[in-house]
Amino acid sequence: MIRKLTLVLASVTLVTSAVAVAQTQAQTQYFPVFSYRTGPYAPNGIPSADGIVDYMALLNERDGGVGGVKLVTEECEFGYNTKRGVECYERLKSKGPVIVMPYSTGLTYKLLPSAAKDKVVVLTVGYGRTDASDGRVFPWAFTTPTTYWSQASAFVKYMGAQSGGMKRLKGKKIALIYHNSAYGKEPIPTLQTLAKRLGFKLTLLAVDHPGQEQKATWLKIRRLRPNYILLWGWGVMNQVAIKEAANIGMVKRMIGVWWSGAEQDVAPSPKAAIGYRAGTFHAAGRDFPIFKDIDKYVYGRGKGTNKSSVGQILYNRGMVNAIFATEAMRGAQKKFGVKRVNGDQMRWGMENLNITAARWTAMGLKGFMAPIKNTCADHEGNGPVMIQRWNGKVWKIISKPISPMQNVIRPMIEASAAAFAKKNGITPRKC
Amino acid sequence: MFYREAGQFSTTYSQDQGIWSIKQDKWATFAIIGFAFFIIPLFASPYLLTVLLQLLVGCMAALALNILTGYCGQISLGTAGFMGVGAFAGYKFATGMRVLGGDGGAVTAATELVPMIPAVENIFVAILLAGAVTAAFGILFGLPSLRIKGFYLAVATLAAQFFFQWSFIRFEWLYDYASSSTIQAPRLSLMDGWVLPFKVPWFTWDLQFFWGTVDFTMKVSGPGYADKLHQYLIGLIFVVLFGFIAKNLMRGRIGRSFMAIRDMDIAAELIGIRPLRTKLLAFGISSFMAGIAGAMTLFLYLEALEGAEAFFILDSFLFLFMVIIGGLGSIMGTYLGAAFITLLPIFMVNFLPWAGGLVGMSINTATVEHIQLMVFGGLIIFFLIVEPLGLARLWQISKEKLRQWPFPY
Repeated sequence: MIRKLTLVLASVTLVTSAVAVAQTQAQTQYFPVFSYRTGPYAPNGIPSADGIVDYMALLNERDGGVGGVKLVTEECEFGYNTKRGVECYERLKSKGPVIVMPYSTGLTYKLLPSAAKDKVVVLTVGYGRTDASDGRVFPWAFTTPTTYWSQASAFVKYMGAQSGGMKRLKGKKIALIYHNSAYGKEPIPTLQTLAKRLGFKLTLLAVDHPGQEQKATWLKIRRLRPNYILLWGWGVMNQVAIKEAANIGMVKRMIGVWWSGAEQDVAPSPKAAIGYRAGTFHAAGRDFPIFKDIDKYVYGRGKGTNKSSVGQILYNRGMVNAIFATEAMRGAQKKFGVKRVNGDQMRWGMENLNITAARWTAMGLKGFMAPIKNTCADHEGNGPVMIQRWNGKVWKIISKPISPMQNVIRPMIEASAAAFAKKNGITPRKC
Repeated sequence: MFYREAGQFSTTYSQDQGIWSIKQDKWATFAIIGFAFFIIPLFASPYLLTVLLQLLVGCMAALALNILTGYCGQISLGTAGFMGVGAFAGYKFATGMRVLGGDGGAVTAATELVPMIPAVENIFVAILLAGAVTAAFGILFGLPSLRIKGFYLAVATLAAQFFFQWSFIRFEWLYDYASSSTIQAPRLSLMDGWVLPFKVPWFTWDLQFFWGTVDFTMKVSGPGYADKLHQYLIGLIFVVLFGFIAKNLMRGRIGRSFMAIRDMDIAAELIGIRPLRTKLLAFGISSFMAGIAGAMTLFLYLEALEGAEAFFILDSFLFLFMVIIGGLGSIMGTYLGAAFITLLPIFMVNFLPWAGGLVGMSINTATVEHIQLMVFGGLIIFFLIVEPLGLARLWQISKEKLRQWPFPY
């Protein structure tokens, strides 16, 4: 009897769930979210994921999705661990994602080849593999709006301007403290090239994962007395580095990568960190009309993830991710006249992404970010980098948008991509 | 009732010494192997294959550690480090030991690398060579075991782990001077171009029948190129093969000398077992297998990896958990432990949100992670208290019970 009942029940659920799946698939677009709300990088991972999920929820609640298609997000916790990220990717692949945002440079390296095979766009906003900006070799990868190499060159430009001209950089001592991983090593080729060209002395100091142990590094800094310190950290490594810099009164000489310049990083020592600068490509805070909508439609209706995250730097950056993905989807819907977009269409949407100043204003984000335009060959979109400073309470942008040294960076990207293409037997497409 | 040896007699000594004392065990083993080789390919999704590949690597590494720690009593916390050696050795062999060409100036993306030897294109050869290199390193790092024992040896192997992690970043030659310090498995295939010249009814590797030209090519490695199913089959061949090798080694003279050293090294020496040779042999065999597990990680499972991250200290601990939970000094237990540690978190990640959905609760991913850690920790403690000898012992007990069922006395 019970056996029969179970059988009947099981078959009923199976049938209904199959019907439900068929129904939802017609009207929804599926977005996997690779998040890390646990582990050593959780303080940074939480607002990042919140920003993505909340923005998609906003579009669902306020506009009924994108072009009438509801957005479905599903998080996969991978703890910033590449192996588990791979497991996530394989698990969620069956649900038909057309774009992934791995939020980890290590995972990006792993996913790039398989995603291209599966026709899934890999969007790495401000991280990932820099030479993937060459759309001729990496059609499926997008590093919009800017990359580590671009940022490193913008930092050099900024330091040059601060010292009174690029010529003055000659003989200056610059130290790079980096997370000893694919992520942290990204800026090194750029900085080395520029060091040779401009004549500054570059010292490389690696910090091993997860980054608490920096005593030896800062002993070297003490001895070196560099004019500038560049910090390429993530997670707990940033907090430790800022504290150590504050201890020896060097916090004002330190400039962090955009992943080292969030509220979390200065939280343990907000006073000591005053004057610490970091890169960014978008504004901080919640003084934009869109946040009223987020309060009203997302949190007002109980659809939000984490109210305390809203407006934080990493939250806003998560939003940038979601905006790029959904704007690309919007463009693809218009171009192909479809509702639900597939991988190829999403790729077209990313490649033809064009967010003008007017569009940023229309989204309720006036002055939030510079306009972005991708092309077939350039998947980076040439976004400028800005410098922000911690004033003890909030991050304030203190510089004009600095455009990276494209004349230096682009040839490096193309050379590196060409080398990759040659090694892997890829014929670059014509653009 | 079904599981008993009534009517099974050994009539020769070799029968008496067989691996399986009961026929049912033999059939079950071959049924499982047959299932893994022929049935799983029929329905396996890429996701399942990814999980299984992870499991195969886990089995191989745990087997390596169990030989060293479980059979020979030498505690090692360096398994992941030795696996890393295997991965990098495999990579260097498969790419022809490239070195920097040109004038030796600053390395840029365009710098040419020159192979020193012809690249090894056969995956079996590449993986076995990787094992051999790792075995050499294992013997080297096993030397301290002659002087230090127990916890102190654990610390020494921990040092090996850290040393390897450090070298995977510092020695740029290992990753071909890539600015990201990432290595990527080269494209490897087996039976490339083995095509039957005429059309026949045949089946593909996932046993789909078709009528046409048969292509035996197996795409075994290379991101974006390899076929997961082919990788799974290659991995399975290694695990089954080395399972049998390990089982037989451990039953014979070598295994017995290991166990003698483990149980009391002075007594072992007195009965004529040379500690130097035996311990180093254990380190050699174990790291040979660990190297194979590492090369499997590179070629079959991850395909692109960062040495220090993929072979992190925590992985070494996980392998140690596998053999402790599975059962020290048991081949069967190794597999049980590897399956338990590898599959439980994956099961929980898939199961908890579904279970929550049944009672109308949406469990967010962070909570799942926390619950998983708690359950995981709880289960480890539970097993250690209830059955300190591991899953293998539980299996043995249930086998005894099964023999008497349904009439226990």
